[in-house]
Amino acid sequence: MSRAEAVRRTSPLWTLGLFRSELLTTFRRWRTVALLGVLAAVPVLVGIAVRIETGDGSPAGGGGGGGGGPAFISQITNNGLFLVFTALAATLPFFLPMAIGVVAGDALAGEANAGTLRYLLVAPAGRTRLLLAKYATVMAFCLVATLVVAVSALLVGALLFPLGDLTTISGTRIGFGEGLARALLIALVVAASLIGVAALGLFVSTLTNSGIAAMATTVGLLITVQILDQIPQLHALHPYLFSHYWLSFADLMREPVHWDDLTKNLGLQALYAAVFGSAAWARFTSKDITA
Amino acid sequence: MAPYESENTTAAEEVDEPRTGRRRAARYVVPVTVMGVAAATIGLVPAIASSGDPDLPEITAAQLIEKIAKSDVEQLSGTVKITTDLGLPNLGGLENSIASGAMGQGEEGGSSADPSAKLTELASGTHTLRVAADGPDRQKVSLLEDAAEYSLIRNGENLWGYDSGSNAVYHATVDKSGEEREQQPPATPKDFAEEALKSVDDTTSVTVDGTAQVAGRDAYKLVVEPKQSGSTVGAISIAVDHETGMPLKFTLTPSSGGAAVVDVGFTKVSFDRPAASTFEFTPPKGAEVTEDDELDHGREHPGKPERAPKSEEDLAKGLDGLKMLGEGWNSIATFDTGSEGGLPTGEAGGDLGGFLGSLGDQVKGDFGTGTVFSTRLVNALITEDGKVYVGTVTKDALVKAADAGK
Repeated sequence: MSRAEAVRRTSPLWTLGLFRSELLTTFRRWRTVALLGVLAAVPVLVGIAVRIETGDGSPAGGGGGGGGGPAFISQITNNGLFLVFTALAATLPFFLPMAIGVVAGDALAGEANAGTLRYLLVAPAGRTRLLLAKYATVMAFCLVATLVVAVSALLVGALLFPLGDLTTISGTRIGFGEGLARALLIALVVAASLIGVAALGLFVSTLTNSGIAAMATTVGLLITVQILDQIPQLHALHPYLFSHYWLSFADLMREPVHWDDLTKNLGLQALYAAVFGSAAWARFTSKDITA
Repeated sequence: MAPYESENTTAAEEVDEPRTGRRRAARYVVPVTVMGVAAATIGLVPAIASSGDPDLPEITAAQLIEKIAKSDVEQLSGTVKITTDLGLPNLGGLENSIASGAMGQGEEGGSSADPSAKLTELASGTHTLRVAADGPDRQKVSLLEDAAEYSLIRNGENLWGYDSGSNAVYHATVDKSGEEREQQPPATPKDFAEEALKSVDDTTSVTVDGTAQVAGRDAYKLVVEPKQSGSTVGAISIAVDHETGMPLKFTLTPSSGGAAVVDVGFTKVSFDRPAASTFEFTPPKGAEVTEDDELDHGREHPGKPERAPKSEEDLAKGLDGLKMLGEGWNSIATFDTGSEGGLPTGEAGGDLGGFLGSLGDQVKGDFGTGTVFSTRLVNALITEDGKVYVGTVTKDALVKAADAGK
């Protein structure tokens, strides 16, 4: 009895310890490292492609035509900082959420698949706390993955293109320091945009004992939602799809910042986190752990 | 592993199955509740937010119109949402190909930052604009696009257009007199309201219809309605800020009912002086700058490709003989294209003529036969002998006018 009380008293530390060990396990996996490597490679590819294309002095993005390629691509040659925005715009629709889907889908189902979940539950931390630690780990991965893209883009941008004052998309000028601050803010918003997918992936992960099935389902749902978001007849549904406001991070580059869609995006992500997080909790705390 | 623990758990489960079953189901109440609360919030918050109309002192329509006229708001910034639904025939993919064709043509002499090319986009769909003004010399209008923006900035003598999507810049110099300003298409509720109030005469009823809240400000609602029947304009509702007399919202509803044809309103507005940096613009490094002089030859027929069919010229000639029939809201513009055989493009255009014909409806009357092209606001009748009747009136009114003109 006294031992149990001791455990209860030190519970915050327990959660923290659990979170730390989860974090280490996740980031030590080769799979995670490979995912981050792929993400870091995207800005390198974009940067080199733009550099080669504009080597003869022609502007990127097909000159005056615009519309082609990811957002901000036409400004990269003038300011390397724009590569950060382009890289995030290019990875956000698919690469980033796919990586999150893999990590989140694997979180519980992978453990169950490997037969290690029951050992985790032997520790007197409780299922709710384990779930929280898992979710915190996935969110940490969201942040790390986004920062990897942003930092890699910043390095490539600084190497290949000039840096300096930048023009916001509203046509006003801001200094490089403020530009960097906005880039960091944008990276945080992009990371927050992935909260919904992370919660969805975790919920799917509680439904099955197969890690592969959970990952495939999460990524499949991601693709389905992206397709639904493109069908004009379903426009009434669009504001409730987690990917609908993803590109609103670009609104941070307006002057003054246009907050409407940004707040909608964050609210929607919070809603997805609440609904699927509690659904994951309901499922995980009442499920039979057989492996 | 499986054989071991399945024995354990099934044994344990059998003992308290009904109880755990109920407890398990109970847990799912949490996500369902969260969803329910969210749905209720989404549904109820707007209803609560728009709670009641503000109490404002009574005002007559004449006083209100005077208030608008006297309004001298020089400094403002805000967000405008503009929705237009003219009911133009949906051309689907064709529209895109026409647009890209026009764009492709623009590549040679034009620029995607040319304002006349850009602001025509406002003619359909929903758009968000940002406006800022500081005195008569400094204005800015930005059209918000996905991850891009088109800004038109006037600062003193310089008029800049900046398309961030393609990093293209357009530059022109304007006279201090501000004549250029008049040529700009209307974008704010104020521009629309002024146009509407110009047409107020004895065929129009103007009333004050209570109050409303627009962009967080208390406003009077001015309703302008045509007295006669036969117009496609049902009513025009203008929300006027009670303090500054500035029109905040403009809604034009068609007489046929349904959604508004034009709905322009501030969603946010502030009458403070905008930051000076808002109006400062220097072309970013590497941006393609197009000077207005270079576009001059394109300017003569703004928005019309040079390869326009010959009949375009005939039409222009016909415009010289433009006559107005009727008065007030039911006035109909008529002119003679001079080309026998109805549609000017009918024979020359071949397929195109047939296509245009399929968009209109055939009508018969004392005048003969003709084709009516209708949108939700403007209807046009082209008779077989080449006369054109255009107006914001119903089809029947057009036919009547054509009969009378015979």
